[in-house]
Amino acid sequence: MADTLRIEGAVTPEGPHGRKPRRALSRRNIMIYGVLLLAAFYYILPLYVMVVTSLKGMPEIRLGNIFSPPVEITFEPWVKAWSEACTGLNCDGLSRGFWNSVLITVPSVLISIAVASINGYALANWRFKGSDVFFTILIVGAFIPYQVMLYPMVIILRELGIYGTLAGLIVVHTVFGMPILTLLFRNYFTSLPEELFKAARVDGAGFWGIYLHIMLPMAVPIMVVAMILQVTGIWNDFLFGVVFTRPDYYPMTVQLNNIVNSVQGVKEYNVNMAATILTGAVPLAVYFFSGRYFVRGIAAGAVKG
Amino acid sequence: MTNTAPEGRRTGLTRNLAAKIATLPMIATALVVFLGGTIWTVVYSFTNSKLLPKLNFVGLAQYRRLWSTERWLVSVDNLMIYGICMLILSLVIGFVLAALMDQKIRFENVFRTIYLYPFALSFIVTGLVWQWILNPEFGVQKVVRSLGFTDFIFDPLYDQQIVIFGILIAAVWQGTGLIMCIMLAGLRGIDEDIWKAARVDGIPTWKTYVFIIIPMMRPVFITALVLIGSAIVKVYDLVVAQTGGGPGIASEVPAKYVYQVMFTAQNLGQGFAASTMMLIPVIILVIPWAYLEFSGKRRHG
Repeated sequence: MADTLRIEGAVTPEGPHGRKPRRALSRRNIMIYGVLLLAAFYYILPLYVMVVTSLKGMPEIRLGNIFSPPVEITFEPWVKAWSEACTGLNCDGLSRGFWNSVLITVPSVLISIAVASINGYALANWRFKGSDVFFTILIVGAFIPYQVMLYPMVIILRELGIYGTLAGLIVVHTVFGMPILTLLFRNYFTSLPEELFKAARVDGAGFWGIYLHIMLPMAVPIMVVAMILQVTGIWNDFLFGVVFTRPDYYPMTVQLNNIVNSVQGVKEYNVNMAATILTGAVPLAVYFFSGRYFVRGIAAGAVKG
Repeated sequence: MTNTAPEGRRTGLTRNLAAKIATLPMIATALVVFLGGTIWTVVYSFTNSKLLPKLNFVGLAQYRRLWSTERWLVSVDNLMIYGICMLILSLVIGFVLAALMDQKIRFENVFRTIYLYPFALSFIVTGLVWQWILNPEFGVQKVVRSLGFTDFIFDPLYDQQIVIFGILIAAVWQGTGLIMCIMLAGLRGIDEDIWKAARVDGIPTWKTYVFIIIPMMRPVFITALVLIGSAIVKVYDLVVAQTGGGPGIASEVPAKYVYQVMFTAQNLGQGFAASTMMLIPVIILVIPWAYLEFSGKRRHG
């Protein structure tokens, strides 16, 4: 069907290219921008409400409207969320969760990317019997609900003696981040010209030599994409944080949920919203600063489960 | 066996030895965690393991109990409603937004940034924000009432009948930006000539979309479908943050049921049976797709 259309299109006499020039305020444009703006409103509203609520005092929240801007701006909720909010008996605020998340995210991102880039390189340039089978299992595995593998993972970590520790959680993030990252690196290394690899082979470079001196320096763009994917993914994780760590190591998301959904005490919605923004700040910053790389990351990693 | 390999090349197990050693983490992950872990869970779902996994087979007893547990039945119902709505809404909203974005509009980057930013956030953040906005005492309901509509009721998170739709509002907010991006990439990949040809033939724009463009975008739709589908089955954090499964058990979902019986009630066998059930939609959805995508045609090398 598409082919016949193309032929018909080719037969028609050449006219001016592109669309008819339109007036700025045509009915069509009003429709398009109207719908887009309406949708934008729905998407932006929660961020606005979060910020506005976090800057109000509790009396103003009780009396006022959640959509109205603060009459009197106060940063006290932010201070309280960061250093005083309580989870259970601990009242040292979200800061502990923040540093835990940093402690979890940094090594997890570095190790998972190191492992996955080696995988991708081996799969692209050093394929061996069975390598594609392992890779297929890995990709299919990305879609298996984590719940199926949770308990086996607990056993594995317990056998290794790292269940409940930071090291254990790093292993978990490396394992479950592996499918998408490996796919990313494999596709990237496959797209590089093969002559590069062959020339290095002829010169006598081995597996690690080629990886370190040729592939790694060329992989910077895809590294950035992988980094963005992992930083946001690991920072936002909740399930693994709950299952695989002790309360002392709870990441920020878990602590945030405990603060906001705790049943004790008077609910301080402004503190809750400040805490929510603080938790979302890191991935949001990554998102806003990385721009097109973020889009490329999710497009490249479109199979992420 | 005659060794026909060129000199210096090793055969058999030692060939590409460095690559094999370097990919040991991947091999272990694939075989031990993904394959082994899944088989292990399925096998132990036929046992009566309680606090610790024990190989004490009881046949289908765990499954019989599972399907007569109110909490599980509610979870499955919720997942069905949530899943169907999420699928339709994500595809429709994602495609419509992408189609509008593709009309050579101004400020495309601004719009895209706005639509996509929720995707960068944690489900916990999303759940808590929407919990706040949908709070009947302070949120949308109160605002509309204060405008004079004193009988206005909008408290999805406190109404057992519609709580799952309250979660849906948040999930759509977070997830559609991604679908829009994928669809937009798909639309940009379509040859401009097709549009020209359709215009020459006088086919209305909407008809061109429905009968020509959408069928051409089949691979994009399949990718979107797989993405949305596997995310639906995994839905967990959002519910924990937004409603905690409440009111009562009205917004429970299977992933939460598994966590609850496994780690809180310490009824492992039951948890394994429930998680095995969660595998079924994934198998139906993903295995055929993965087969088509990764085993059929091999790219390069």
